[in-house]
Amino acid sequence: MAELCLALAMLGLTAYAVLGSADLGAGLWDLTAGGAERGGRVRGMIQRSMSPVWEANHVWLIFVLVILWTAFPVFFGSIMSTLYVPMFLAALGIIGRGAAFALRGQAATLNEARFLGALFASSSVIVPFCLGAALGGIASGRVPVGNALGAPFESWLNPTSLLIGVLAVVTGAYVSAVYLAADARGAGIEDMVAAFRRRALASGVLAGAIAIGGLFVVRADARDLFDGLTSGGGLVFVALSAVLGAATLALVWTGRVAPARWGSAAAVACVVIGWAFAQSPDLLPGELTFDEAAASDATMTALLVSVAVGMLVLVPSLVYLYRLVLRGDLQQQFEPLDQRFRPITANDHPREEPSP
Amino acid sequence: MEAFVLAAADFAGRLGESNQPDLLWARELQALSFAVHIPLTCFGIAFPAMVLFVEGLYLRTGDPTYRALAKRWSKVMLLMFAVGVVTGTILSFELGLLWPNFMATFGDVFGLAFGLEGFSFFIEAIFIAIYVYGWDRLPPRVHLLTGVPIVIAGLTGSLFVISVNGWMNHPVGFDIAANGDIVNVRPWEALFNENFWHEYVHMYFAGTMVVGFLVAAVYARAWLRGDRSKYVRTALVVPLTVAALTAPAQVVIGDWAGRTVADLQPTKLATFEGLAETTEGAPFHFFGWYESDGQIKGGIEIPYLLSILAYHDPNATVQGLDAVAPDDRPGPVNTVRFAFQAMVGIGTLLAVLGLFYAGVYWRKRRLPRTRWFYRGLIAAGPLAVVALIAGWVTTEVGRQPWIVYEVMRVEDAVTDASGLPFAFAAVALVYLALAAAVVWLLRRLASRPPDVEVAEQVDA
Repeated sequence: MAELCLALAMLGLTAYAVLGSADLGAGLWDLTAGGAERGGRVRGMIQRSMSPVWEANHVWLIFVLVILWTAFPVFFGSIMSTLYVPMFLAALGIIGRGAAFALRGQAATLNEARFLGALFASSSVIVPFCLGAALGGIASGRVPVGNALGAPFESWLNPTSLLIGVLAVVTGAYVSAVYLAADARGAGIEDMVAAFRRRALASGVLAGAIAIGGLFVVRADARDLFDGLTSGGGLVFVALSAVLGAATLALVWTGRVAPARWGSAAAVACVVIGWAFAQSPDLLPGELTFDEAAASDATMTALLVSVAVGMLVLVPSLVYLYRLVLRGDLQQQFEPLDQRFRPITANDHPREEPSP
Repeated sequence: MEAFVLAAADFAGRLGESNQPDLLWARELQALSFAVHIPLTCFGIAFPAMVLFVEGLYLRTGDPTYRALAKRWSKVMLLMFAVGVVTGTILSFELGLLWPNFMATFGDVFGLAFGLEGFSFFIEAIFIAIYVYGWDRLPPRVHLLTGVPIVIAGLTGSLFVISVNGWMNHPVGFDIAANGDIVNVRPWEALFNENFWHEYVHMYFAGTMVVGFLVAAVYARAWLRGDRSKYVRTALVVPLTVAALTAPAQVVIGDWAGRTVADLQPTKLATFEGLAETTEGAPFHFFGWYESDGQIKGGIEIPYLLSILAYHDPNATVQGLDAVAPDDRPGPVNTVRFAFQAMVGIGTLLAVLGLFYAGVYWRKRRLPRTRWFYRGLIAAGPLAVVALIAGWVTTEVGRQPWIVYEVMRVEDAVTDASGLPFAFAAVALVYLALAAAVVWLLRRLASRPPDVEVAEQVDA
């Protein structure tokens, strides 16, 4: 039963890595889009694509936290107390990011939008880095069981943490660029397809390079993790991720961005699952296995039953949302962000005849 | 009960003892985060139903005014939800960051409620996006239907969160073994603890009052400025009616809550008054100051009132603070006293305001004409928020020094990490900026004329 609960947490983490990190990645593209005029179209595209989905995507993070503290309470207490610095920074980043993005939708002048955009974008980089660094601290065995017993800084500022933090940022950017390219294709905005294809290729190659180079970092810094990633289930999923990643890049290269959406998501999912295999059966390497950390059977049964019932409601709802989104039914009209603030002209509101 | 008290003396939890010198900062940070989040959640509890009601009016009458109003409100709803999402996320983080030993020791007892809340939150996030971005895209009836899950999820989400608070105040669903281990966990029993129903209903009505009076306050200003358009009239009457109906009912619910506290947490009830000694026919003091010798200096004493409030019997015996050891008494007593009095006082004023409106409407079939009513409404919005926060201060400071009532102390639950004053300062600054930005943008939104809506129009 502990395995099932862990699988749920991994499912949530994977969903957040695939969906939430894409929203975070979009922040990076927002940040690097260039001046107001040059970057206006890119930013408008991001605003258009993210608005209807970012909240639902974000809830996966809460889902993971809830599963962890219910099913593995000692693990949760130990990581949150030792990794308090990156977790706190991530929390601050989440406030800045969500609030700035939501408020930017209401901004009335370019300067307001620029300020909120900068806040949105910079915190979008801080959040995945900090969360990734925290995962690195866990995976490299730097979090002991107990109330803030680990090193407050070395636990997340170490080679493995830095690697995973950077990888989280770049992967998010890559996934995001692929989705945005596919969204732009769906909406028929071809220059944006091209713009995000370029970004997807650049960040995809970079992510691949960091991942491969990173294996040497992990080998030197966290030998157990490296051994786990290069044997058994870990190896299978790492290899699968590499294949999927390469295949997705090929799809993007040849302009087939719609299937690339699924490929890139699968590649990221494989990394998360591979990590789970690599670390199994430990939650905190060398400290705590997931059987030791697991809550009582009564709690896990209740949790699994609730999640199963909840999924009966959640899955159709999510399917409905994403179907509407993929059909373009919820997207706002595409509008370059700098264009929103120019003076209104007579052509802005073409009158439509009221239908009979 | 005896087992609890014995265990409480040396109950250290699964992560062991903490030596946090800045416990107060952890409590203040948690309180600040809740004070920001709770008013936002009111909009999740009560606002969607109002928006849907107005959209329903549009569907019935075809009058585009209703549609313009529902659309405008749905934008406010989305903004409030988005800010609520992030402030709620901070709370989830803080549970672990500030109280790791609480989470590690009892996460498996009460966690189920948060799991169910998580699904409510999901449904809310999904359908709020569909609803707000689906205007003009979905068929009108389908659009209205996509709002229904938002209403339901708002109700269930708050229910589960408050279930956890009810549990912290009345912990059930587990046993403590002789060695301090938590055993025999019964998560469903913890979820449906007998303490949470009154808290939930009380909070549900409070949330409805907050939204009702706040929204009405916005349009009362327009009314005072002479705007008598149908748009403003509708926007005033809908929330005002809701608030006027819930405010008097809240008095009755508050009474139920008070008697439940008297029954389950007599020490907390004693703190509401600052009742030092167990007293037969206990009085209640308005205002005044609780001194460390147990006397209340100044203030207006109403004889027998506390006994009447707690037991509906002027001669009932009310347990005083002396029934528990000094270490086990909530503090500071005056914080709880003034919070309780603020909640009750404001709640009574709001009930009077609501009854006045209902009375005028019932007898004359029109809105009150006196300008003082509308000035009162403008004050009532912020006051309702003050009463809401005061209510939470009452129950949460009144729970101290326990995080799990009479089982685990806050000082044992808190993190051993450093930097809490810094964390408090950082969050306070961020929330100040956030509050300023939200208020500023809401005012901006309010200053724009409503969208021009034509029935059946497909606008760009």
